[in-house]
Amino acid sequence: MEMNRDDEGAKLGMWIFIFTEILLFGGLFLVYAVMRNRYSDEFHQAAHQLNAFIGTVNTVVLLLSSATVAMSITAVRKGEKRKGVLFILITLLCAGVFLINKYFEWGHKLSIGLYPGSEMMVGLKHGYILFFSLYFFMTGLHVLHLIAGSIILTIIMVRIQIGSINAGNNVLLENGGLYWHLVDLIWIFLFPLLYLIT
Amino acid sequence: MAETITHSYLENTGRYKGILAWLTSTDHKRIGLMYMYAMMVFFIVGVLLGELMRLELFRPGQQFYSAQTYNGIFTIHGIIMIFTVVIPGLAAVFGNFCMPLLIGARDVAFPRLNLFSWYLYILGAAIALSSQFLGNGPPDTGWTFYAPYSIQTHTNVVAAVFGAFVLGFSSILTGLNFIVTIHRLRAAGMTFFRMPLFPWSLYATAWIQVLATPIVGITLLMVIAERWLRIGFFDPSLGGDPILYQHLFWIYSHPAVYIMILPAMGVITEIIPTFAQRRVFGYKAIALSSLAIALVGYFVWAHHMYTSGMSITARWVFSLLTFLVAVPSAIKVFNWVTTMYKGSISVKPPFLFALGFIFLFMIGGLTGLSLGSLATDIHVHDTSYVVAHFHYIIFGGVGFAFFAALHYWYPKMYGRMYNFRRANIAFGFLFVGFNLLYFPQFVIGIMGMPRRYFDYLPQFTLGHQLSTIGGFILLIGIIIMLVNLFSKKGVKAPDNPWGGKTLEWTIPSPPPVENFDELPVITGEPYYFE
Amino acid sequence: MTHTESHITDYRVYGWVLLALLVLTTITITVTWIDLSALTVLVALIIASVKSFIVLRYFMHLKFESRLFTVFFVMVLGIYLLVIVLTFFDYLLR
Repeated sequence: MEMNRDDEGAKLGMWIFIFTEILLFGGLFLVYAVMRNRYSDEFHQAAHQLNAFIGTVNTVVLLLSSATVAMSITAVRKGEKRKGVLFILITLLCAGVFLINKYFEWGHKLSIGLYPGSEMMVGLKHGYILFFSLYFFMTGLHVLHLIAGSIILTIIMVRIQIGSINAGNNVLLENGGLYWHLVDLIWIFLFPLLYLIT
Repeated sequence: MAETITHSYLENTGRYKGILAWLTSTDHKRIGLMYMYAMMVFFIVGVLLGELMRLELFRPGQQFYSAQTYNGIFTIHGIIMIFTVVIPGLAAVFGNFCMPLLIGARDVAFPRLNLFSWYLYILGAAIALSSQFLGNGPPDTGWTFYAPYSIQTHTNVVAAVFGAFVLGFSSILTGLNFIVTIHRLRAAGMTFFRMPLFPWSLYATAWIQVLATPIVGITLLMVIAERWLRIGFFDPSLGGDPILYQHLFWIYSHPAVYIMILPAMGVITEIIPTFAQRRVFGYKAIALSSLAIALVGYFVWAHHMYTSGMSITARWVFSLLTFLVAVPSAIKVFNWVTTMYKGSISVKPPFLFALGFIFLFMIGGLTGLSLGSLATDIHVHDTSYVVAHFHYIIFGGVGFAFFAALHYWYPKMYGRMYNFRRANIAFGFLFVGFNLLYFPQFVIGIMGMPRRYFDYLPQFTLGHQLSTIGGFILLIGIIIMLVNLFSKKGVKAPDNPWGGKTLEWTIPSPPPVENFDELPVITGEPYYFE
Repeated sequence: MTHTESHITDYRVYGWVLLALLVLTTITITVTWIDLSALTVLVALIIASVKSFIVLRYFMHLKFESRLFTVFFVMVLGIYLLVIVLTFFDYLLR
């Protein structure tokens, strides 16, 4: 079936998908709000266990990666293919740094036995349990999105290289970029709500 | 007429033959039918499960099977009927089949995504049904999966919950597709206020699908995480709050009722003007009331929770909002009735089913008011009054609208007519059986018969027996209807058997692959009758 | 169905936007050293919202897209916030 390309429609579709993602996390933020309202002191104390330094590094890394994705759109639209690929490569490197940080951060918590369902965790005060559960659930879901976004961007990078995404046809890049910014957007809220409430 | 366009969508012209040609087709009309066939299988299974419950309840005490089996049956009956039949429901079947025809498009905006949604639907249904055969036996939580019981029970809740999650994803993608289609692919000259009202209702529905489903998606993932990892969000022993589960669940599941009923209302709005041969009364009011229902319907969820222990303030706030949502629903009913006034009505099967819809929906809606009101709800909460109420809405509303739509668009779908007399007889059985099945449940509900109970006190026996008899009359009606529609081919249908004015009647029955030889240009309102 | 020529944003704009976001991140970390007690969350959320606004408007191109996208976004946000408010009718007044 011959259909005309409709970039505007594709973008609208992507935005609607982003709305669903926002509301998916929205459900979690609602749980966070309710639990924090109930156990606000314990949330403050529990947040001391999180490494704000790693959190800050990851924030910076994600912001940088968002900027480079946006820049790659500019590059591709200007017809500067090599720059476009390079910018996405930087984004993917940032994603890698984020994942390595996360690995060490989670690894440390798991090594001291702090994870949902562990004996240590079940013995903690209720507010602590819920804080750490929310921490693992929210950052875990976020990391899954980050991994998905990285895969999408890798595909897009290859397609820029082979030229199927180019100055005249780049809505896929734009939509992939939107998804990546969503990952950033969620982190913008996760970071202060989890790491900075001490 | 060009050669390519003359092929009916039912003929295989592509690379594949037989069933493969269907399973790989991105044609919105074929996908619509594929949804319908799958849904009918699930529907029949769900009906038979329902009849099994009615048999068990024919007399007090245990008749055929244990109480635990009964718990499993009402749970899977609910899961099948809600998640695999009425939530995709009219939108997936007739939305897919008719919406592009009604707005003058060749297909939906993302045809491959549309096919992907169907596969997700099948996958989700398969996962949900696998809960019956794998793990520690069928889930016994009811379709609502209320915590903390859904976290504690040893039955196979995870499979059912994950199946519902996948089905939700399918529903989101369909909604997304429809919103973009309606925004981008309307025929030239078709402004929003020249669009027929079924697409209008689908548009409102699609927004609910997109904005409400993610909330239940994440909630179901939380339930799985509760069971596997003990995250404690809903588990009081770890500091969680079971009422929070109810909030999150109903934030989706109440709007989900509008996902079910809005397309049904849209179908009725198409049928009434055609058979009354009058332009629809209050076009704008009906169009906008769909959006109003979608919007207000998002903020009434906690009326399912009056007895849960939430704050008094929240109770009356939600009660107030609930009454608000009755207003746009009533606007629609008044407009349907007014459309019929002084019309030249021809009582054909689709119209009969539409009338049945209005009658049953009215009963369901009015009894809904007594449930939305705080004081009366507390008296009848969790009784069979509630069961009767939502079956009047879901089966009497959505189900009858589905049958109406099926009889209305059947000639367009298959290019054949069906036997009117048998269709009318089927309607008679369905209508009588339905009322006999559910009306007594209002009465015994008020008398105090709890819902989801395996056994009951002797004073409820008469009500239950009438109900069971009604259930089997209903079953006969369903069989007559399906045999009439699907057993043998009727005479060839004309392009416009009912004298309808919307775009789908301007093209051949069954429609050609690309729908329109030349895309139509719209110059006026959709329902213009002489 | 035509596709209009897409807007090309200059690299430098993104550079400035990134800088602004980093400054805001610094601020949000710095204010945690000051004890604002009950206001802590509020301040954190306001800064996060400003950051989101910048990301949405520039990185996600809402500034250059059709107004419809912005309208939809605001609608979604409004519905979500109202859901939170209604939920707290229960939790704050229980």
